[in-house]
Amino acid sequence: MHPSLSVIFFTTASGAGYGLLALLGVFAPLGVVSRDPLFGFAALALALAAITAGLLSSMFHLGQKQRAWRAFSQWRTSWLSREGVASVVTYIPAGLFGLAWVFLGTVSPAAGVLAALGAVVTVFCTAMIYRSLKPVPRWHNRWVVPNYLALALMSGALWLAFVLQIFGARPAINGLAIAAVVLAAVLKLAYWRFIDAAPATSTAESATGLGAIGKVRLFEAPHTSENYLLKEMGFQIARKHATRLRRIALGLGFALPCLLSFVPLLSTGGPALAATFVAAALGTFGIFVERWLFFAEAQHAVTLYYGRDAV
Amino acid sequence: MTSLPAQPSAKRLGLVIDLDICVGCHACAVNCKEWNSGGPAAPLTDLAPYGANPDGVWFNRVHTYEVGEGPTGRTVHFPRSCLHCAEPACVTVCPTGASFKRAEDGIVLVNEDLCIGCKLCSWACPYGAREFDEDAGVMKKCTLCVDRIYNETFDPADRVPACVATCPASARHFGDLGDPDSAVSKLVAEREGFDLMAEMGYAPTNKYLPPRPHKHGAGCTGAPAQLAPAVAAKADGLLGWLDRLLSHE
Repeated sequence: MHPSLSVIFFTTASGAGYGLLALLGVFAPLGVVSRDPLFGFAALALALAAITAGLLSSMFHLGQKQRAWRAFSQWRTSWLSREGVASVVTYIPAGLFGLAWVFLGTVSPAAGVLAALGAVVTVFCTAMIYRSLKPVPRWHNRWVVPNYLALALMSGALWLAFVLQIFGARPAINGLAIAAVVLAAVLKLAYWRFIDAAPATSTAESATGLGAIGKVRLFEAPHTSENYLLKEMGFQIARKHATRLRRIALGLGFALPCLLSFVPLLSTGGPALAATFVAAALGTFGIFVERWLFFAEAQHAVTLYYGRDAV
Repeated sequence: MTSLPAQPSAKRLGLVIDLDICVGCHACAVNCKEWNSGGPAAPLTDLAPYGANPDGVWFNRVHTYEVGEGPTGRTVHFPRSCLHCAEPACVTVCPTGASFKRAEDGIVLVNEDLCIGCKLCSWACPYGAREFDEDAGVMKKCTLCVDRIYNETFDPADRVPACVATCPASARHFGDLGDPDSAVSKLVAEREGFDLMAEMGYAPTNKYLPPRPHKHGAGCTGAPAQLAPAVAAKADGLLGWLDRLLSHE
């Protein structure tokens, strides 16, 4: 599948934003994080800015942007529509939670929990868009939803650790960041392991129904240059690049942020602040690479008609 | 509404494509392009049609495959278009209601005035039936020539999709696959027509008929193994003498 930058940026940025929002919505009422209105403003502004930037970016890949509002109508059947509805509805409790916290100094447990719930539901819907697509077996499997949720949690926890560090050390949260990174890394590895070993769902023989005669080989393509199908669904990435990019994502996006998250446990001040920032930035970069691979490595069934043996 | 019709329609209009007969001439694809350049889905935009890498929207694509090896191996021409599935995920994933399946005859269509061009429907189709029109910013697909098949200004014989009307080999058939007594249903039953990628669970309406097995050896066709001369050669004179001399054993 063609890795569209607007969609990758969207899922990475809004994933981090929703992760941060969910953690704030739960931890602020519990008193695990600071209730300082200034902290509330900084953290929620970061979360909502990331969410909003992501949602706006997702609109850039639309062919008819001015009709985007129509996407809220088909929530009965469409995960994309559900994602749209959930993302907008989440602004209501998130906004109330933020206004009460920043301007009234009250941390509302109800608004916080609803905002957190909205964040989880939105990320779940995003993951289900991919999970529900049968023609892309590398998306249509049980590892996709846990991956999206864990990666949102991971980037949210890393950014929360950074914002908290600005307002004073909170080692407990760094422990959470470490745990979230480890969980996300384990799930990502499990996903890669799964897609590398999963047996083919469809073949050139099942796509053409000609398997009874023998092996099916493309002799002549229907057109001389690439069409929409090949540009959108026929994206190919060399195996060696995929392997290298996986290592980059694992090393820079998971291993380093995990190690850096130990720094605030051992020291305070400048080094801790720098470490949490670099950890959050690298974690986000790692997810960006991982998300690019999520598209680039996903093979679509239509490519079976264009010479691929199996997907 | 992108929910599928509550009651699956009894009428299921679709195509039956005979892979034994198709000669791969691409006439179906060309006539489809021609007809639909003026229909409800028009224009079928072409990008750089005279450039080095022409690209454009087509509803019909003809692939050619080599299948098998040795005496049973063969070349198969394979037209590919929308199968108007009974369980079309391209419809249910649509966030706007632009994609829909008609309750009355099962045709899958796009309302281009509602389409936001998110392309998700094309991701949901394993058959590559939907092609995005970059110029119009909306998704386009085969309409089963809905503007021909019900067109009362046409002779009844012409009320078939453009691809069927033009096929010079009669490899394409149009009809109601929901009616077990229709000509197309009987053809599918007789020739053991099959679904493409049945494992996807989309329950395509269109069926493909398999190539017939090769016939090996002259005996199978009922023809004599050697042809007898139509007129027995007869010569006389010097040539006749030579003939008799050389024929002598």
